[in-house]
This record gives sequence, C-alpha cells and structure tokens, in this order.
Amino acid sequence: MSDLILETHDLWEEFSEKKILNNLSFKLKRGSFLSVVGENGVGKTTLVRIILGQLKPTHGTIKFFPNRKSIRIGYVPQFRNIDDEYPLSVKNFVALSFSGYKLPWLSRQERQQLKLVLQETDLEKIANEPLGRASGGEKQRAYLAQALAVRPDLLILDESTASLDPISKENLLRLVKKLNVDTGVTVLFVTHDIPLAKQFSDEYLLLQPNGYEVGPIDQLQVADYEGGQHV
Amino acid sequence: MFSFEFMRNAYVASTIIAIVCGFVGVFVVSRNMPFLTHTLSEIGFAGASFGMFIGITPLNGMLIFTVISSILVGKMGTKSSRRENSISAISGLFIGLGVLFLALSNKSASYATNILFGSVVGISQSDVNQMVILSVIVLLVLLVIYRNLKFDSFDPVGAKAQHVNSGLISIIFLVLLALSVSVAAQIVGALLIFILLTLPAASAKYFSHSVSKMIALAVVFGLIGVWLGLYLGYITNWPVSFFIATIECSIYFAALGFNRIMQN
Ligand SMILES: Nc1ncnc2c1ncn2[C@@H]1O[C@H](COP(=O)(O)OP(=O)(O)OP(=O)(O)O)[C@@H](O)[C@H]1O
Ligand SMILES: [Mg+2]
Repeated sequence: MSDLILETHDLWEEFSEKKILNNLSFKLKRGSFLSVVGENGVGKTTLVRIILGQLKPTHGTIKFFPNRKSIRIGYVPQFRNIDDEYPLSVKNFVALSFSGYKLPWLSRQERQQLKLVLQETDLEKIANEPLGRASGGEKQRAYLAQALAVRPDLLILDESTASLDPISKENLLRLVKKLNVDTGVTVLFVTHDIPLAKQFSDEYLLLQPNGYEVGPIDQLQVADYEGGQHV
Repeated sequence: MFSFEFMRNAYVASTIIAIVCGFVGVFVVSRNMPFLTHTLSEIGFAGASFGMFIGITPLNGMLIFTVISSILVGKMGTKSSRRENSISAISGLFIGLGVLFLALSNKSASYATNILFGSVVGISQSDVNQMVILSVIVLLVLLVIYRNLKFDSFDPVGAKAQHVNSGLISIIFLVLLALSVSVAAQIVGALLIFILLTLPAASAKYFSHSVSKMIALAVVFGLIGVWLGLYLGYITNWPVSFFIATIECSIYFAALGFNRIMQN
C-alpha cells in the first residue's frame, strides 16, 4: 500500500528502427532511492528524458501521482559545459534555478532557500568563488545544489559521480542519501557503479538490451551486469 | 562643447547606447554570439542603404533588415555548427545588397562612410527620441525575461532540464539584439557596433562573479568609452569611432592583464 510518485506502462522508444527500452513497466515509490543501471547505450538517459518530458515515448505511458503538474523534478544532467573561465560564483550559479517571468532580483524567501541549499550541500565556504575554478567534486555539488534549490519531489542524477574519485563519490551520495531520508525526496540515480548503488539505494532497475529487471538492491547480482566492470 | 545642439544630442544618444549595449552585451558574450552581432551590423549597413534607396531614414531601414534577419537566424539555427555557416552566407549576401542599394540610390561616398563608421554630427532631436523609445523597449523586455534569459545564457543545460523555453528566449533575445545594433550604429557606425556590444561585457566578465555586477560594469566601461571618445573627437576633430574603439580595446586588454595577474 505504498505511495507511488510515478509509474510507466509498456514503455519503449524507437530511434531509427532501433528499439530502446523493452516494454518497460516499473513503479517508483515516493521517498525511495532507485538506482538505474545498465550498459552504455541501453537507454538510461532516454528513460530520464521521457520522465522529464523532453522526449515522447513511441509506445506506452508514463503516469505521475497525483499528476505531473504537482511533481517538481530536479535534474543533474550527465554532461555540462563549464570551463575554467566560467565567471559566475557558485552561489549565483545555484541561484540560476530560480527562473520564470518574475522580478529580476531574488525574493526574501528565495534568498533563504538559497542559503539553506548551500548549507545542505556544504558549499557555504566557496559560495562566492567562481564556479570555473572549483574542483570536480565541488562542481558536482553545485550542480546538485542547483537541482535541489527548487525543492524537488523527485531528484534525478544521471551519472553525476562518474568523474569523481571514490571518496568524493561517496561523500556526494551520502549527502543525497541524507536528503532522501531527511526530506523524503525521491531519488533516481543512474550509475555504472554497482558497489555504490548497493551501498546507498533501496531498489534497482537494471536495463538490458533485451529486457529489464527490477527488485530490492540486495538482489542485484554483479554478474547480471558486465558494464560495472569497465572503468 | 555643450553649446552645440549636435554635441548635446550626441552625448544623450551615446549614453543611452552605452547602457543598452552593456545590458545586451553581457548576454551576447555569455551566449557566445559576437560573430552573429557582427553580421547583424553588416545587415544593418544593407538596411540603411536600402532605407536611403527607398527614401526612409537609415535607422528605419536598419531596423527592418536586422529584425527580419534575426528572426530568420533564430528559426534556422538550432545547431550551432550549422549556424556559423548560415550566418556567413547571410552576411555575404547582405553586404552585397548594401553596396547595390548604395549605388542605386546615387548618394555620395561620404554617406556610406557615415553609415559604416558612424557620425555624431548628423544626429537630430527626432533621432534621439526614437533611440530613447527603442532603448526603453529593449530594457523593459530584458527585465521581463531576465531570469530565464540569465539561466539560458549562463547554463543552457540546466535551463533545459528545468523547462525554460530556450527557443522562445533565443528569438526574443535576437530581436532585442537587432534593435540594439540598429540604435548603436547611429554613433559608432555599422562596422564598429560589435565593439560596444562585446568588449565592455567581455571585460566586465573578468571583474565580477554575478550577472548584475557584470551588467553594471559593462555599462560603466561603455560610458567611459563613448563619453571620453566624444570629448576627444570634439577637441581633435578626429573620428569619434576611432577613440571609442581604442578606449574599449585598451580596457579589454587591461582586463585580460588583470586576469592573468590574479591567476598567478
Ligand atoms: N535523439 C536520438 N536520436 C537517435 N538515437 C538516439 C537519440 N538519443 C539516443 N539515441 C540512441 O539510443 C540509445 C540509448 O541512448 P541513451 O543515451 O539512453 O543510453 P545510456 O544508457 O544513457 O548510455 P550511457 O551509459 O552511455 O549514458 C543509444 O544507442 C543512442 O545512440
Ligand atoms: Mg546516459
């Protein structure tokens, strides 16, 4: 009798005669932490784009509860182009998230929200430093903070840890897990790192070239998934 | 100097131009559009000579040409690699057209020089009024789309993830850019517009870490250039555009130097 945040039914996507995702039907529980795993090109990012509404599925449906409008999604994309001359400070980068056709300056409530999210992601110390000169781990935290600034119900991380060293990876995930437990934000974590997935998530969704598997994370067999062995 | 009406007009006009260019320029630089800006000014040149040919003011001719072509570019170019090429093609076509209209309209060569390199003498009160109105429109629209434009310009990936309508924002911004180009051309001329639209903003980037401060600094750098340029032009009788270009370039190179020192 669990409370769902989204459910897909018989989903697939066709790209130039290639079928991605195999009649995927899965349920995502509110407040859960799901790891999405599978080899390169199997359709993880495609699934994320369908959830975000950037891509219409060729077949099947996706339902949000109570409805799409009332679900806020925070998304940390797989690729980002921030070079070392990037001028904005960490704080101002995070604040970009407060978009919409509103007054140019932030409201008091937005400023408080900004402060809080910088605290949560441990970015207060470097809040006024330019993002271009932050380390890889700090950048990832800033991306996370930007996604969190709008107080999402669902947080989607697409391989956000791929370029980090083991310790920074764990720190970032520990942070996400803490927010997941404390605030109840649902997490969808796309990763190739099986040990990390096992350490932090509740459930897994394994996408395969001709099928898929879902289950509690402790049932995920490393042998099911070859991609995890690659660097 | 201010006893001459044309100098008063020139000062008012160039102050407005510096403000608009500071605002718009910060986004031109962050969206990486200096090349497109340069092309729009060439299109503006064609528009101005077209205007003379059919008997409307150069400013109105410019407005027609730049606004239409900015919408075309916006519709055409979603992929940036393709955009560069289509811009080159459009640019060549329009310079050709500009030369043709100029020849057809039978105006003297000094007219062409004015359009290309700007002139402070020719600015009338009604020109100033029209420039003020256009500038106020540009600034108001910028304020309305400010948050989304900022997100889309400084983090397009994040903006897309959060459903900012990038397509719409791009087209609105291109039209604003076209208006700014046409206004700025009146003082510095079609060939040197990108100086005011890119250099102050590109310099400001090195001194500040927030968009609002960048805008403020870009406006200040622009104002230094046009005010000082007008003054030096007045006392030496040399072209004002020469001074503005030299001042803005000096500021830019100083900013680069400052950045180098800060990094060591
Ligand atoms: N817009 C598109 N047009 C055509 N093919 C596409 C498009 N987007 C994705 N594909 C194809 O769909 C397949 C799945 O891509 P997707 O990005 O979802 O993989 P992924 O599981 O995220 O891979 P990775 O682990 O490398 O990130 C790939 O073969 C890709 O080439
Ligand atoms: Mg992917």
